[in-house]
Amino acid sequence: MRTIRIGSGAGYSGDRIEPALELAEKGDIQYLVFECLGERTVALAQQARLKNPELGYDPLLEERMRAVLPVCAAKGIKIVTNMGAANPLAAARKTTSVAKSLGLSLKIAAVVGDDVLDACKQRDLRIMEFDGRISQLGNRLISANAYLGAGPMADALAAGADVVITGRASDPALFLAPLIHAFGWPMDDWNLLGKGIVAGHMLECAGQVTGGYFADPNFKDVPDLARLGFPIGEVGEDGSLVITKVEGSGGAVTAQTCKEQLLYEVHDPRRYLQPDVTADFSQVTVEEVGRDRVRIGGGGGSARPPTLKVSVGYVDSFIGEGQMSYAGPGALARGRLALDIVRERLKLTGVAASELRFDLIGVDSLHGTQVSAHANEPYEVRVRVTGRTENLREAVRIGNEVETLYTNGPAGGGGAFKSARDVVAVASVLLPRELAQPQVQFVGG
Amino acid sequence: MKLREIAHSRTGDKGNISNISVIAYDEKHYPLLLAQVTPERVKAHFAGVVEGEVVRYELPNIFALNFVMDRALGGGVTRSLALDAHGKSLSSALLDLEIDAVRAKL
Repeated sequence: MRTIRIGSGAGYSGDRIEPALELAEKGDIQYLVFECLGERTVALAQQARLKNPELGYDPLLEERMRAVLPVCAAKGIKIVTNMGAANPLAAARKTTSVAKSLGLSLKIAAVVGDDVLDACKQRDLRIMEFDGRISQLGNRLISANAYLGAGPMADALAAGADVVITGRASDPALFLAPLIHAFGWPMDDWNLLGKGIVAGHMLECAGQVTGGYFADPNFKDVPDLARLGFPIGEVGEDGSLVITKVEGSGGAVTAQTCKEQLLYEVHDPRRYLQPDVTADFSQVTVEEVGRDRVRIGGGGGSARPPTLKVSVGYVDSFIGEGQMSYAGPGALARGRLALDIVRERLKLTGVAASELRFDLIGVDSLHGTQVSAHANEPYEVRVRVTGRTENLREAVRIGNEVETLYTNGPAGGGGAFKSARDVVAVASVLLPRELAQPQVQFVGG
Repeated sequence: MKLREIAHSRTGDKGNISNISVIAYDEKHYPLLLAQVTPERVKAHFAGVVEGEVVRYELPNIFALNFVMDRALGGGVTRSLALDAHGKSLSSALLDLEIDAVRAKL
């Protein structure tokens, strides 16, 4: 049976770079995938593109490509990535120029067509998260990008691409594309596509399956996290899967790390909705078959949904924030007094906030006052006040009211911090799939 | 005993929905999870955090439960005022849940 090895070189846009290079050099892989596009990243990238039409792709694109292209070119490892963000064509042009500067001649393809802003506007689609339609966002609307499937990326590989760069695409589809290309899986073999999605899902967060985001001393110990190795998926043409990593790298691949990743960001395990298939994780099995080798079986799938999920980016509001620390005996009481003072000040001075939050970091900031009610008194606390406002001017006033605690608040406050920022938020709509028309475009050469 | 002694957990986020896996270290404890880590208890445990419904999915092949908690992330990851907007630390809070091992033996 034919088997391919796919390496996962990034689990988010800011991820470590040298584990990806380690995969390319020592991983005996044929494909290297970089998943770098968070929920709202496309919207932020679209704002960057509006300011400069040659930007709007992942800020680490050049650094990553410079690091891995020489060894990937030498070994014939194909790269698939969503680092195109809001501008896959510009990302492909930049990658071409990086390759040229390294003396490499590579075929670089961009997948375009995930930008469906016009179609969403024309249809005035309903927003899933709250009661509203696209038109109600008015000029606050920034972007609308459909989660594309694996098809166009597999087409690009079939056309000989060495590097495939997309914008918004389903994360596991980045891994499904090489499988479709390598094994010729039919696009309506739901069972195989479901197995491919299981593989992609296990790999898409990189270090999260090799022991990253897992350690809990004395309960779940993981060796050598500073040198965490990124995962490799060994996938057979029948969809069989083993997760492993480069020998000698840090971290661990165990049944436990794999189970945690299997359920990460999953809702109903029988219906994991994807652009190419409705994947079924409910019968998945996990079995350690060697050191840092875990076999994942039992994935399946049924017909793909009729719609594509679209991420809609919009300017939601502004957030103002201020922080201040208190320590030593009575720290908690002084922290609470500080919060009371700021609460009253925001009222007195008429700061227009639609939502306010008063936290004591170290006490109740993560899970609120009820969950943490039985916690012990800490040595130090950090006051944190945040509020949502309509404009930047109001947002700034929130941090100011915390900062003035220095000379006006309880004794011994230190380490003030304040910030005010605009909030680009993301909502979702469902688009009939025929309204997205993805295309593959080769750049330079 | 605490849930932490028999299970491990990871939180994931999508919009304003948080999911938390609860995975038995040892398959013999899976019935204990089924009996005592109910959606009602999880909802009560997260009083003040989770505003919506809590749904539990069972994965007997891997001795795990998956809790999907609606309206759990302060309006959604991309707009929340919370310090931990993703709710990534919620899994640790759930492992603090008290499990009655004596009752389970009866």
